[in-house]
Amino acid sequence: MGKPQYHTDIVKSFVNWSLVWGVVAVLVGVIVSFQMINPDLNYPPYFTFGRLRPIHTNAGIYGWGVGTIFAMFIYMVQRLCKTPLWSLGLARFQLWLFNATIIAAAVTLLLGYNTTLEYHEMEWPIDLMIVVLWVVFSINIIMTIIKRKEEQMYISLWYMMAALIGVAILFTVNALAVPVSAFKSYSIFAGTNSANVQWWFGHNAVAMALTAPPLAMFYYFLPKSTGVPIYSHRLSIIAFWSLIFMYLWTGAHHLLWTPIPDWIQTLAMAFSIMLIAPSWGSVINGYMSMKGQWHQMRDNYLVKFLILGITFYGLQTLQGPMQAIRTFSAFIHYTDWVPGHIHMGTMGWVSLVSVAGIYFLLPRIYGREVYSIPLANLHFWLVVIGQLIWSTSMWISGILQAGMWNAMNADGSLTYTFTETMVEMYPYWWIRAIGGVIYLIGILVFIYNVYMTVQKGKEPAPKLLEVEGRA
Amino acid sequence: MWEKKPILLMLMATAAILVGTTITMILPFVWVNTEADRIEGVTPYTPLEQEGRDIYMREGCNNCHTQTVRPLVAEVLRYGDYSKSGEFVYDRPFLWGSKRTGPDLARLGGKYPDAWHYQHMETPRSIFPKTNMPAYGWLSNNALKPDKVRRKMQVLGFPHSEAQIAELATKNEMDAIIAYMQKLGSDIPWRQTGRTEIVGELRNPFSGADQTTLAGWRPLYQSNCSACHGTNMEGGIGPELVGDYYDEETLFRIIYDGIAAGGMPAYANLGSERVWQLVNLIKYDQSTGD
Repeated sequence: MGKPQYHTDIVKSFVNWSLVWGVVAVLVGVIVSFQMINPDLNYPPYFTFGRLRPIHTNAGIYGWGVGTIFAMFIYMVQRLCKTPLWSLGLARFQLWLFNATIIAAAVTLLLGYNTTLEYHEMEWPIDLMIVVLWVVFSINIIMTIIKRKEEQMYISLWYMMAALIGVAILFTVNALAVPVSAFKSYSIFAGTNSANVQWWFGHNAVAMALTAPPLAMFYYFLPKSTGVPIYSHRLSIIAFWSLIFMYLWTGAHHLLWTPIPDWIQTLAMAFSIMLIAPSWGSVINGYMSMKGQWHQMRDNYLVKFLILGITFYGLQTLQGPMQAIRTFSAFIHYTDWVPGHIHMGTMGWVSLVSVAGIYFLLPRIYGREVYSIPLANLHFWLVVIGQLIWSTSMWISGILQAGMWNAMNADGSLTYTFTETMVEMYPYWWIRAIGGVIYLIGILVFIYNVYMTVQKGKEPAPKLLEVEGRA
Repeated sequence: MWEKKPILLMLMATAAILVGTTITMILPFVWVNTEADRIEGVTPYTPLEQEGRDIYMREGCNNCHTQTVRPLVAEVLRYGDYSKSGEFVYDRPFLWGSKRTGPDLARLGGKYPDAWHYQHMETPRSIFPKTNMPAYGWLSNNALKPDKVRRKMQVLGFPHSEAQIAELATKNEMDAIIAYMQKLGSDIPWRQTGRTEIVGELRNPFSGADQTTLAGWRPLYQSNCSACHGTNMEGGIGPELVGDYYDEETLFRIIYDGIAAGGMPAYANLGSERVWQLVNLIKYDQSTGD
């Protein structure tokens, strides 16, 4: 049976553009990290911390994260379904709309059109663009799945479908607002309700955009890279259902000790602990799939990215539930600890798995071997070290800060003023900024490697194409 | 079965997602922001305050400042009474934030006089020398747009008079954001009801401290008082401090309890020992002006 003609040009374009937005996200991140050290680096009105930070997070999530999801889903769905993408025209439209949306988001955020809902800062016209974008994307993926030639649906497809539905529900509900003018609206939710809806969205956007899709990639690229199948299909199925069921209860762990009703907080806390099980279901599945293959950590750089990625996922999903416990949250919430946590997830888990996917794709979409494996290894060490410096410095400063906020004298008075506690953070903010710069250098090495692969990479060995043939 | 039926699988996934959603996100609408958590005295924003709130949002102040005080000892001591659901019913959306690079602002209203805010927004480092708060003096250059604000008030359904709207023409964005900050958390009379009652006789534990001891307490003055009362107690936003004007007990009460009407914050959270140190410093330190 001849291989179906898969569409790869569109995958190339999504990879390229997600890389562009990824660099923007990291660069803006580095800039705002220096603004925190030196307030004179704020250039009002457009280039202040308050306006740039949402650009950093949204470029990271929607530009780099979702851009990669587009590329990977379109690549994987064709192979897993053994059929070309349902509509190439729709995918081309999606590419244009994607870039238009990201640019419009960046420009409007710079202009201060900001709803302040975290990871949902874009005003209503951009929200509409995102909704259209997601619907177009979902239709294309779902129609491809319906028209598939492979009867059985691999677990990656499950995670993809759950992500499509989940993001659609979450994003739309949190976007509900009454427009006042072209770029200003008021949320239909007020006060405590608004907080509860926002963090139901905020936390589950992490589930549906930054957990389910990377898991889909992990379950696809790990066996593809090692050449041996995943350890347990059954375990992946149990983990899937329990993950998507439990996640939605946990949003209020972002709101412990706030005026949100106590029972919602308690449910969120309990379900956050329970989430360790499905999260580690995938981690264990990944590790067990390496049985007899651990030597590949030495020989195969793709495996290194993937296994370190799933390891950070494992750490993330232990640390997260810990933070979701009331007593621990009372201590570290609102401190630097929390960004330390988030960045282990984004820089560690999501980005490592995503770049593994891109390295895997390069020979298959460009028909050339990756230009330099030593450079890929350099990339690996730079991003891992950069991220560890980043997160560790923030965990230390977070604990220090929390300790100072809570320090009391024998007479029951506070030991430190707020400013005294803030000043102590400067050395750690320096270390964090340096970690960010190292990470940025790692990304630039990666991009150079991708560029040189496209320009100068060798013809791929026939072995690659053989691996390609496997389901 | 469902591994071969994508539509069925998606329906089941939707159902799985909707269980937690319904219980923890939709169900609370039944109780939250109803009579159950209504607080007498919480009022909608005036046009000037609402515009200030929108500027606060536009500048992304929520990226560094939270607006919710948790019911934890150190937090209530530092910021004031813990936040209640009913205080936020007019906030669309909420601005509780998630990170305190700067302090919480939920109880900021009425803590400092307006003059303090104007100076702090324009030159934050003149008040807190090492803060990383960006300067926002440029807000003073931007006029408000009354027609836009009227439209906003209509959409929000907040009461407003044409006089209030007309008044906006004479104000700028700095006036608006400060008016907003002065309302924060002051709809409930927590400052009055939360006041620490000093019972019994007040006795100066550092009576007769020598000049060297007093000098050791100057950093305490510099980090808490000098921004308003001047490095050498010569005055500024607040009045010049002349030790002879007050007896020890009066001075203690002023620092400990503050003067709500006069814009003097209460410093009870420093603890009585440190307040006494300040009393002695202000009254007896000879290196300062008086």
